Amino acid sequence: MDEPTDLRRTSLYDEHVAAGARLVPFAGWEMPVQYEGVAAEHEAVRERAGMFDVSHMGQISTSGPDALAFLQRAVSNDVAKLEPGGAQYSCLCADDGGILDDLFSYLLGDGSYLTVSNAANHESDLARFREIAAGFGVEVADIAADHGMIAVQGPEARAAVAGLASAELPARMHTATLEVAGRECLVCGTGYTGEDGVEIICAADDAPAIWRELLAAGVTPCGLGARDTLRLEVCFHLHGNDMGPDRNPIEAGLGWCCKEETGFAGSEAVARARAEGTAEKLAAFVIEGRGIPRAGNPILSAGEPAGTVTSGTFSPTLGIGIGMGYVRSDLAEPGREIEIDVRGRVREAEIRSKPLYDPTKKS
Amino acid sequence: MAEASYPEDLRYHPEHDWARVDGEEATFGITWYAQDSLGDVVFFDPPEVGATVTKDEPYTEVESVKAVSDVIAPLSGEITAVNEAADTNPELINTDPYGEGWMVKVKLSDPSELDSLLDSAAYRDLLD
Repeated sequence: MDEPTDLRRTSLYDEHVAAGARLVPFAGWEMPVQYEGVAAEHEAVRERAGMFDVSHMGQISTSGPDALAFLQRAVSNDVAKLEPGGAQYSCLCADDGGILDDLFSYLLGDGSYLTVSNAANHESDLARFREIAAGFGVEVADIAADHGMIAVQGPEARAAVAGLASAELPARMHTATLEVAGRECLVCGTGYTGEDGVEIICAADDAPAIWRELLAAGVTPCGLGARDTLRLEVCFHLHGNDMGPDRNPIEAGLGWCCKEETGFAGSEAVARARAEGTAEKLAAFVIEGRGIPRAGNPILSAGEPAGTVTSGTFSPTLGIGIGMGYVRSDLAEPGREIEIDVRGRVREAEIRSKPLYDPTKKS
Repeated sequence: MAEASYPEDLRYHPEHDWARVDGEEATFGITWYAQDSLGDVVFFDPPEVGATVTKDEPYTEVESVKAVSDVIAPLSGEITAVNEAADTNPELINTDPYGEGWMVKVKLSDPSELDSLLDSAAYRDLLD
């Protein structure tokens, strides 16, 4: 059933095939959606340690005398607060405040910044960066093709990586250059699962050796399926689902990473949305009874249309259907009862506070 | 069930459903390929006993963590029993798709429809 394909493959492709992965197209890449199964991989991350090939994500290097001033203009957070070795989350906004992407930026020891983009948006993010860079003394470089990236997540993730590392791992939301499995890496105390762990950025050619040593250390390979269920339990946004150019950070619940006083591109629109409020807000909900919500399902209130589900799944940890979606702002309060129209069957649901599952409070 | 299997005593619908026929009675379920494609099944919605099913039409749905899928009736008839155990433990559909993971029993309305179904070898050819 092999067909010719234009899909790109990461340097870990052969490792995925060897591990029996089911590969699917994702944002122009051929990526593993699962190996053993979503539920088992999800549990591995919640209980032990799992690893994800996230080499499809993009990396943008920003350097030069105006690097800080430029990034302050480009992204929504206060980049001046970022200390060497620090990590920061932000939105990349259009001039009208719409969310073009969500990003992690790291300030490296040499004064340059490394920004990680979503695979689907990498090219358009670069174009936006270069558009804003005009007039700044800054070099914006696309370094995605040179790099592999492996996320190692779970309560035992740090111990597994530490056993292969040449130096102490960076704390959460920090980054450090050190060797993992004898290869120089940028190790970042970040992730997308709610669990402790690190993300390892390395030369693309070094990724397979690191992957194999992590595998030998007992880390479970995990696919995009588990990545999605894990991130949704802790209510991390997926760009393209839970936000996009048609949504501003205020209604998406990302006002906390927007510092309008920095004058970032789109800040006027974000300030207006913050002052005036928004008609809808992104809310998290659960279905305690039968039914699993899916993206696109209508949200109802007392039988009337009230919003749309943007992400939905079965939560392996909670054992029920969970989701997020935009609802009328007056309904977006924890405890509020709503209904989800799951393919013609109306299921009772309840708005809950985020996250829906808190790994730091597990018994 | 980790390895693909397509028992010789069953008849198969191209939409990845099987029927075990005994005279005018039949048991339906989904094939190893179908449950493997879905992944971990977390939800099986049993239809009503007494409901009519029509060959090639959906009669229920199964849902995995990742996706929902219609289940197609391989033959026409009236439902005489549903698998309540698979409602309570939907993972049976993964672990034993031809046994404890069965879905419904049906009194066939037109046993001649059986002629249009595939045998194990023909179904396996379809998957290749």
